[in-house]
Amino acid sequence: MKMYFSLFRMKLIAGMQYRAAAWAGIAAQFFWGFMVIMIYEAFYRSSSAGNLPMDFDQVCRYVWLQQAFLHLFNLWNRDNELLEMITSGTVSYELCRPLELFPFWYARLLGQRLAGTVLRCVPVLMIASLLPGAYRMTLPPSVPHALLFLAALTVAMLLATAINMFVYILTFKLMNAGGATLIVSAFSEFLSGSLIAIPFMPKALQYVLYVLPFRYTADFPFRFYTGNIPMTEGLWSLAAAVGWLAVLYLLGAVLMKRALRTAVLQGG
Amino acid sequence: MNAFRLLRKYISMLFQSAMEYRASFWLTAAGHSIISFTSCISLLLMFERFGQLEGWTMWEVLLCTGAVQTAFPLAECFGRGFDTFRQLVRTGGLDTLLLRPRNIFLQIFGWRMDFTRIGRFLQGCFVMVLAVSHLPSLWFPAKLGVLALMVLSGAAIFTGVFILGAALCFWTVEGLEVVNILTYGGQEISKYPFDIYKKPYLVFFTGIIPYACSFYWPLLWLTGRSGSAWCILAPVLGLLFLIPACCIFKLGVRHYTSTGS
Repeated sequence: MKMYFSLFRMKLIAGMQYRAAAWAGIAAQFFWGFMVIMIYEAFYRSSSAGNLPMDFDQVCRYVWLQQAFLHLFNLWNRDNELLEMITSGTVSYELCRPLELFPFWYARLLGQRLAGTVLRCVPVLMIASLLPGAYRMTLPPSVPHALLFLAALTVAMLLATAINMFVYILTFKLMNAGGATLIVSAFSEFLSGSLIAIPFMPKALQYVLYVLPFRYTADFPFRFYTGNIPMTEGLWSLAAAVGWLAVLYLLGAVLMKRALRTAVLQGG
Repeated sequence: MNAFRLLRKYISMLFQSAMEYRASFWLTAAGHSIISFTSCISLLLMFERFGQLEGWTMWEVLLCTGAVQTAFPLAECFGRGFDTFRQLVRTGGLDTLLLRPRNIFLQIFGWRMDFTRIGRFLQGCFVMVLAVSHLPSLWFPAKLGVLALMVLSGAAIFTGVFILGAALCFWTVEGLEVVNILTYGGQEISKYPFDIYKKPYLVFFTGIIPYACSFYWPLLWLTGRSGSAWCILAPVLGLLFLIPACCIFKLGVRHYTSTGS
């Protein structure tokens, strides 16, 4: 356990080195955030019907959270170093270590995610909370909301990493899994509510998305923060997220083991 | 003429090498087209909920989106060398290119191309055709010509931004994420007519990085919102952007000192 933790710390510190890149990233996120908000705003201005599933200020908070935690939850993340290891065969060194490969890489990816986020989320949220009017990022409705949000955020991070591990398992199987992961990530981005928030989708589609694990990595924590999801539903959703996390983590570990058993080391 | 033949040679070589891994090629192409597809679906779902967008109908916006999604992959495919230019700088590969007695732009274009973007390109074409078929006011050769002009001019400007981003590598070695805002962000923002955004965005994307010239202004003419000839000229005027972009790149080449590895 200690080994996994120190590896996680190593990646965290390495990621924090690129401070200039982080600032540029923050600028990028504000550009993007404002763009998305302006599109929603234009739609809200044009709507005549009053029964909108989210208030406009909730949408703004949703977008800022999305921007702040972009790197914590992205499902399409690809660590080229690991992919390179698999295709070039240097993964054999990794296998020589007295560690299980799955938790080892899981810790590494988790560390990268946190490093990318720690630097970014604080400034993004701080600047967003200084904006005027409905655009402003505000605190969650109550203390229990805040606590449950933190729990949901943690589970979401673990879950996103567990889903992300399938990229590497697929690469073991297919060697060049770029295309396959691109297809999966394109769909999962849509299914997690990253393109448009789930309440804006038709009811039938919403039911489907509620069954899948993807919404727990974006839609659920963010919308819960904005107060769009009531407390009791939030508790149930959190339980479902934990269930998905357990299932996907174990499934990933088993599949990785099986993939390794039949893996052929490429090259010399 | 010689340069043209060389470029054709480059293209056929790169295409052949991409075709060596056929299954992987088509899977990646499918992946790219699905990215465009889900973004179009999102747009349709928003229109289903809201009906219209500041007076723009769904098909009009979809026409704009289709044009952007056709133009951008063209730039991504042929401008790939500039998009990934920092690898040339970091590995010192640029030295090899500079030693050859050929135009540097031509060589960078020929260094890399990404044909998998054909997935996104076809998806964009499909969306445009679908939108045009629902907008009978566009069924005139002149209007379709302007639509084609929008796509070509857009592709050229996206390529120009790739070149500008590549030029930045001469000073920073690492590529900057800021450039991604202008390319991927530019693609995203141009999908909707610019008048739904705040005014400074329209000014910036008309005067500095002229995406609005390629997409928004001619769209006004296509949908009958404006009769001004400037709207038709805008895609051509936008091309002026390529001049400073190429000059800055040339300046960068002069300034270049090899990283030495």
